[in-house]
Amino acid sequence: MSTIDHTAGDGGWQGGRGAAKAAPRPRLHRSGSDTAFYGFTALCAAAVVVLMAAIGWVLARDAWPSISKFGISFLWRSVWDTNKGSFGGLTPIYGTICTTLIAIVIAVPLALAIALLLVEMVHPLVRKIVGTAIELLAAIPSIVYGMWGLFVLVPLIQKYVDPAIQRTPLRGLPLFSGAPLGYGILTAGLILALMILPFIAAVSRDVLSMVPQVIKEAGYGMGSTTWEVTRSISLRYGLSGIVGAFFLGVGRAVGETMAVTYVIGGASNLSTSWLQPGQTIASKIALGFPETGPGLERGALVELGLILFAMTIIFQLIAQTWLRRVRKRVGGRA
Amino acid sequence: MTMAKGRRRAVALSGVVAAALLIMSVAAACGSSSSSSSTATGGGATSTITGAGATFPAPLYTKWAAEYQKISGLQLNYQPVGSGAGIQAIEGKTVQFGASDAPLSEADLQKAGLIQFPLTIGGVVLAVNLDGVGDGQLKLDGPTLAKIFMGDIKTWDDPAIAALNPGTKLPSTAITTVHRSDSSGTTFNFTTYLSDVSPQWKSKYGASKDISWPNGVGGNKNAGVATAVQQTKGAIGYVEYAYAKQTGMATAQLKNKDGQWVKPSLDTFAAAAQGATWSAADGFATILANSPGPTSWPIAAASFILIYKDQQDATQAKAMLQFFDWTYKNGASIAQSLDYVPVPSNVSTLVETQWGKDVTVSGTPVWP
Repeated sequence: MSTIDHTAGDGGWQGGRGAAKAAPRPRLHRSGSDTAFYGFTALCAAAVVVLMAAIGWVLARDAWPSISKFGISFLWRSVWDTNKGSFGGLTPIYGTICTTLIAIVIAVPLALAIALLLVEMVHPLVRKIVGTAIELLAAIPSIVYGMWGLFVLVPLIQKYVDPAIQRTPLRGLPLFSGAPLGYGILTAGLILALMILPFIAAVSRDVLSMVPQVIKEAGYGMGSTTWEVTRSISLRYGLSGIVGAFFLGVGRAVGETMAVTYVIGGASNLSTSWLQPGQTIASKIALGFPETGPGLERGALVELGLILFAMTIIFQLIAQTWLRRVRKRVGGRA
Repeated sequence: MTMAKGRRRAVALSGVVAAALLIMSVAAACGSSSSSSSTATGGGATSTITGAGATFPAPLYTKWAAEYQKISGLQLNYQPVGSGAGIQAIEGKTVQFGASDAPLSEADLQKAGLIQFPLTIGGVVLAVNLDGVGDGQLKLDGPTLAKIFMGDIKTWDDPAIAALNPGTKLPSTAITTVHRSDSSGTTFNFTTYLSDVSPQWKSKYGASKDISWPNGVGGNKNAGVATAVQQTKGAIGYVEYAYAKQTGMATAQLKNKDGQWVKPSLDTFAAAAQGATWSAADGFATILANSPGPTSWPIAAASFILIYKDQQDATQAKAMLQFFDWTYKNGASIAQSLDYVPVPSNVSTLVETQWGKDVTVSGTPVWP
């Protein structure tokens, strides 16, 4: 008979910590197979950490020629001159940030709305059909979105959306200036939004459907409207799951290469306008790597990869800190 | 007692597995970057030759390899991974020959112990999408083309273009330039031509596989540029001749070095190759851009093969050289059917003389 160990990482169980403070810890009485299993799983977890550290180290090592030459100015110079050996990553960085931003702003509210609709409001048959459709959309390979974007979305934007924007006062803003080309940051952002929307919707739907019926009934019983129950109970309950889905979606958007490459128009010069061609980090690396031999240019490309890696980690850290604070305030489960 | 022993064994096992995983991951990280010192030996002794590199000549090399295998039984595998990756592959000795659109300098060749020779010739053409302008109708010269791509000429009815095209009604559409968004030998050849005809281009952008284009849309590979030109009214882009021909796009005439207006065709590319001076001394790195000759196409370019001077296996080296020799002597019709230009016979003779001098196995020449 083995004693259950309460101190093995169960941070949410207040009783465990309290008990440990009050009384001496119970001794571990595990069988050999338990220890082996624990060892093996701990090893896999450790391997993931080691792998991440190794990736970071290889990136830093291969980017070193570029880092030592350009320093921090690599982040705000937008030049890519192979002959003169001068490289700066501002154009791809700006493009990555903008396309991801557009994708999030469009996809996240829509995905949440779809998930809420499916879970709270529709007939079970509709739920099944639309749910399956969303999952199928989420499984389409991104290169297909890229092709569709190139042959359908680009001409659409060039012929209808760009001129429409030019007719509104928005054309005065530097963000929307320029001749209608169809290729550009806005088009790439739309394709990314289309790609991450089904994914976030599907995961959010799963998270929201796990909210216990009892709690929702309690809300309805007290006279809350559907929206009040949804906002104050369902969304709060599933917050960490939804935020997790959000991050997976963002991760996919930030790293998406081929779909973006086809529609973003591969520009080297920085143009603040979203209607003009731009570049993203993933696209720049994919296009430049095959033709670049070892040297300074390759170091610059790897440095772009390192910047993307660092951006993702920082974003995750900020999000986890924010999530922890929200959780404490809301008092929900881990 | 048994429990403690079992636990010890389990902990020991976990420790061993942990150590093994760590060692493997560290070894993988270190081993991948340093080039392997082992030489490629190929599959069966003389039956497989591997090569990697430029994508431009890939359709031709693949067709040649298939035809040659029917005659000789030699299997040749060519991977179109890109010129840069091809150079890296031959330097890492993972393939028997590398292929590159942009030639290596003689200094680089000496350092790596390689020789370089052209295997085929192609041309870069300007595709235009302009209402009322058909194939071969638009006339442009070098300096005007440079100004268009630099952004100095912004509309099609600019006086500079109109002066070259009397009698053609040019619309006032804005010019959209289309370039390659990926690093490419085609860009190298095009920018080499622009650097040759425009001193401002040379000082601002130079010739390279990937430059900081000041404007315009970038397409992914020749197909991407072709699509972008077809989709945008008023667009002009540079593509390999084969693409323009196969997609039926309207192309522009150019004024060559001798002042003649020429249209792109296999004949004008061949004339460019004939008009140039080739020599083994600089690794045959002849620039065919702006080649002299009354019918020369100004933006022709050769695609090169890189092999080691010091070969490991005499039979394999001989088999490989025999393939290249076959393409020089018998591959012309296949090349022309795929819209490539074969290397002129005077050049191939020079190349084979160089093989005889430089390609050896332990000091013994392999060729003839």
